[in-house]
Amino acid sequence: MRNDAGKLSLILLMAPFALWIGLLIVLPQLGIGYVSLREKVGINQYEFGPGNYADFIAEPIYRNTLFRTAWMSILVTALALLVGFPVAWYIAKIARERSRAALFLLCLIPLWVSDLVRAYGWIVLLRETGVVSTVLVGAGIIAQPVEMLYNDVTVVIGLVYTVILFMIVPLVSTLQGMDDALLEAGYNLGGGRLTVFRRIIVPYAMPGIVAGCIITFMLTAGSYLTPILLGGKNSSWFTEQIYNQFITRYNWEAGATFGVLLLGFTSLVVWAGLRLTGQSLSTTVAKE
Amino acid sequence: MYDLSCERVTKNFGSFTAVDGVSLDIPSGSFFSILGPSGCGKTTLMRMIAGFETPSRGDIRIKGDSVLALPPNRRNVKMVFQHLALFPMMSVGENIAYGLRCRGDAKAEIPARVARVLDRVGLPGVEDKRIEQLSGGQKQRIAIARCMVLEPDVLLLDEPLGALDLKLREHMKIELKQLQHRFETTFLYITHDQSEALVMSDTVAVMNAGRFEQIGAPRELYENPVSGFVAGFVGDSNCLAGRIAEIRGDEALVELSGGGTVRARRGDGAGQGDAVEVFLRPEALFVGEGDPHATLDGRVDSLLFNGANSRILVQLDNGPLIEVADPGQAGRVAQDQQVRVGWDPARATCFAQRAGA
Repeated sequence: MRNDAGKLSLILLMAPFALWIGLLIVLPQLGIGYVSLREKVGINQYEFGPGNYADFIAEPIYRNTLFRTAWMSILVTALALLVGFPVAWYIAKIARERSRAALFLLCLIPLWVSDLVRAYGWIVLLRETGVVSTVLVGAGIIAQPVEMLYNDVTVVIGLVYTVILFMIVPLVSTLQGMDDALLEAGYNLGGGRLTVFRRIIVPYAMPGIVAGCIITFMLTAGSYLTPILLGGKNSSWFTEQIYNQFITRYNWEAGATFGVLLLGFTSLVVWAGLRLTGQSLSTTVAKE
Repeated sequence: MYDLSCERVTKNFGSFTAVDGVSLDIPSGSFFSILGPSGCGKTTLMRMIAGFETPSRGDIRIKGDSVLALPPNRRNVKMVFQHLALFPMMSVGENIAYGLRCRGDAKAEIPARVARVLDRVGLPGVEDKRIEQLSGGQKQRIAIARCMVLEPDVLLLDEPLGALDLKLREHMKIELKQLQHRFETTFLYITHDQSEALVMSDTVAVMNAGRFEQIGAPRELYENPVSGFVAGFVGDSNCLAGRIAEIRGDEALVELSGGGTVRARRGDGAGQGDAVEVFLRPEALFVGEGDPHATLDGRVDSLLFNGANSRILVQLDNGPLIEVADPGQAGRVAQDQQVRVGWDPARATCFAQRAGA
């Protein structure tokens, strides 16, 4: 009787999660996978086969866009870690108890504004007639207005800005759990600053680093608005290809194929990253 | 030559003086404790010795050389932290090897050294265990091994027994003392627990409000305290407030505030008419007639059984509740019985009233 009640409450608690995963994640992905294996041979005539994947491999521009997206996403993740770690360190370890919450809130403020508006904010700053360019001309540093939009650097900056919060949050929560005595013990036993950082801080923060990197990498690789708005036609982001196939060319089969490939490839990168750094999901993200 | 010397070390935090002109000299190979209530500045003093704080004034010398200019990682004093601060992401062996690797020992020698120190603390072969697999007492020993493998001049211990349960704490007291003998290293131990300090130390410094009140062997502190604070803090004491009515050489006649007059040894320079407190150890008291002026009447409030530490709580007719030692709980008295408590006048000591007491 007790056991039945326990089972029922477990089922009820699991239900929203299972429905969410099942209906909104697994089912659509299965649908996408199914569509990607459909080859169009005539009007409303389809055959099953890997033809769409063969098309992808045969066309270098698709392939290169995917690799480029992955590389740029890795770069963005690395930069976000580099910039986010000191910020997280300051919030978790240096800031006073009272200002900590305020600083955390400040980090969250950009999220109150929509992605679209934030991207346009960058455009207002960086375009040829924008704030930065005008100020530089006014100060006499440059002779003519410059266009700072539509290049890779701007895309990377914009993406780092968009995703850095998702790096900071897990880092702050792991670093906050670290007893300052660990650092002092590190120095006391003869370690210099670099040794303490390398052998104590980084290993301790590893769960947060891995979680932050996975989240930012996945968000970056799957982002659409920022690369399109800041990179324009030159951005060549893989999500743009997916959009083009689905919407512009109405080629659902190719679009679905690209979607599956993006998911597969980014998962592969995450797996390779974990293997390379000698981590596993169970020792980092899922660690109690 | 002293392993560790502090010379009039002072530390101010803003207008607050945490440590006020403290001097100490610790001879080689001794077990030195600093005993004091929380907030008395003992942790600040230890952090200055380890190099985590800089003294406002004064000098700290290790083996005769001033270490004020050295950063923490260059001082050969190692510290066992209050919560041990073992590195959770490393195995036991890696925790111990950390310091050796920082020192730049040859890679090939490290495993042998780790094994040797683990053997000395009585935990051979645990190199590959994770920290969370160890029991409280084992963690304690690993924390000590991690420091001792570096052969420090002085080992600092910051209340490391505080987190252990009572039984284990009693056991670790003896074990720490034995470890100190085995390593023949100078231990500087910080605690607020007077029984830890008395049991383990060769020398104890009693610290209050940033100053040392008394430095001496445990027995000396217990039997000849120099101030009311030391008498009240070291060991159990009954304390009776009063005023000196008459001085006869080394002794004083104290008129208790609740009525009655007792004789007591003069512990400090309190003069006639000064407010004083008379300190009586529970084991100096007995049920029965004492000397004239060494007897008080009361009623048995309750009997506290605790084996050899059993006590009789007596509500004195002139006010305070006092503890009388009753080893063996002989059953000579019953609750609510009217009794007379006596003592040897030589074992009563009076000191000037403590501030705020």
